[in-house]
Amino acid sequence: MAKKIDQTQVRKVALLSRLELTEAEVAEFTGQLSAILEYVEKMNELDTDDVQPLAHCLPISNCFRADCVKESLGTEKTLGNAPQRDGEFFKVPKIIDSV
Amino acid sequence: MSNFPYKVVVGLEIHVQLCTKTKMFCGCAVEFGQPPNSRVCPVCLGMPGVLPVMNKQAFEHSVLVALALNCKIAEFTKWDRKSYYYPDLPKNYQISQYDLPLGANGFIEIPLDGGRTKRIGITRVHLEEDAGKNLHTAGNFSQVDLNRAGTPLLEIVTEPDMSSAAEVRALAVELQRMVRFLGVSVADMQKGHMRFEPNINLVITKDGSEYKTPIAEIKNLNSFRALERSVAVEEQRQLDEFLETGRVMGMGNKTTRGWDDAEQTTVLLREKEEAHDYRYFPEPDLVPVEMNERWLNDIKAGLCELPIKKQMRYVNEYNLSDYDAGVLTAERSTAEFFVQVVDAGGEPKRVCNLLTQAGLKLANEKVCSVAELGITAGNLAELAKMIEAGTVSASAGNTIMQEMVKSGAAPETIAEELNLMQKSDTGELETIVDEIIAANPKAVDDVKSGGKKCKKAHGFLLGQVMQKTKGQANPQIVSQILAEKLN
Repeated sequence: MAKKIDQTQVRKVALLSRLELTEAEVAEFTGQLSAILEYVEKMNELDTDDVQPLAHCLPISNCFRADCVKESLGTEKTLGNAPQRDGEFFKVPKIIDSV
Repeated sequence: MSNFPYKVVVGLEIHVQLCTKTKMFCGCAVEFGQPPNSRVCPVCLGMPGVLPVMNKQAFEHSVLVALALNCKIAEFTKWDRKSYYYPDLPKNYQISQYDLPLGANGFIEIPLDGGRTKRIGITRVHLEEDAGKNLHTAGNFSQVDLNRAGTPLLEIVTEPDMSSAAEVRALAVELQRMVRFLGVSVADMQKGHMRFEPNINLVITKDGSEYKTPIAEIKNLNSFRALERSVAVEEQRQLDEFLETGRVMGMGNKTTRGWDDAEQTTVLLREKEEAHDYRYFPEPDLVPVEMNERWLNDIKAGLCELPIKKQMRYVNEYNLSDYDAGVLTAERSTAEFFVQVVDAGGEPKRVCNLLTQAGLKLANEKVCSVAELGITAGNLAELAKMIEAGTVSASAGNTIMQEMVKSGAAPETIAEELNLMQKSDTGELETIVDEIIAANPKAVDDVKSGGKKCKKAHGFLLGQVMQKTKGQANPQIVSQILAEKLN
């Protein structure tokens, strides 16, 4: 039976997710992801013609909050977990940006 | 170099920052100019396990704009995750609306020259969250400030209905005026409250066939000038490119360009193909929004007469020029104050002149709106009446208005204190006119001879009277007396 997903797709998904995979992992995940997709495909056996797409699994809507200010963390706490900081800023590798 | 007729086709994406007190999904304050990374919390930092909650005010503001843009309001709308990796987006996705925007299929009327208007289609209006800010330092790293991350951002997408750079600008300006009238955004360009991304291409007719040039999108323009200039420059660039290469629109040849303000050119931005794979999927952390009639009616109550309608009404109702009506309706409070003054008895054109000349100048100095200068509508109407009746000159009117702002006193009191009342007493003025006539026989001869010099000489004599009375004579009455005496 043909795989649901091939290695090229797995490499693309890895790239989009910024994951670095070894050749062995690519092969392993291709198999695993295919198996998952095959399993989920069972759903296609159901007749869903009269079923509305589900936007959320909870049967509720309109959960709002009032526009009231809550205290923020403050700069020190905010930067507390940052791997690198530059004064009051997060420090990140230079962004290649033409503008 | 081109003799081929062509049309420019432009659609616009506009991002408007809403003026809520707090962010879209958390209670962090939305405040410009605060210390970096001081207005953030675990939600807008994208910490694991946090739960975003919708800001009701932001949603209602968005629906109000969609209503003003004549959109169909969705009865059911939901949130989606748009994935991309960038340091200013801490969650690695942006919460946005993909397939079910809160508003769609609307239109906006934009003003063109000579009081004409044009209808531009609105494709969709949706709500999303803004990203933080990346600052590019001289060193080999970038700085990130997340204060703006999570700020409510309204995205408005127009149909490609604009056919010149001027129309694009007109739409942007009209939209700014509209969101300010509705009170949903401060729309301050300098603070990045409005950002524009035009999509441009040309339809060129050559040898009886039509050719479409590849579409270019110009990213992130944050001034009306840059918007208008970039569209005009891109128009010429595409024309030149077509004449050189003959390249036409095709699958996947849409490009993204940036605006180089110093060089006044658009530059190609190289983007990785994968970057556009946003992998939208429904946001599991937020429940959908369902609109009902009652709620919609509550929001509708926040609508007001839109600026362009007001502008046109002021032209018709108060007999103002399109330009004057445009200046008055640039701000809602100014427009409404104008009507109050007119209702209090001020002649519309006089009131308009006072507000748009002395008024706007004073307001700029005090960094407030004209309506906030502290002048009552009654007092300003009184001043307009005094100018209309010739009791004070128009220029004295401006001086009096300045004093009214300072002291809050009534215009008559100020006019008397500053000795600005015009002399309209015919008897007194006649004596002075007689003196001037006696002292200037040459000019009198010129007026009497009726030749080419007549008008100039009349003006000279009038000027002499004004000088003698230190500008306090009513020039219209002096002119009349002069004419009577010299005919």
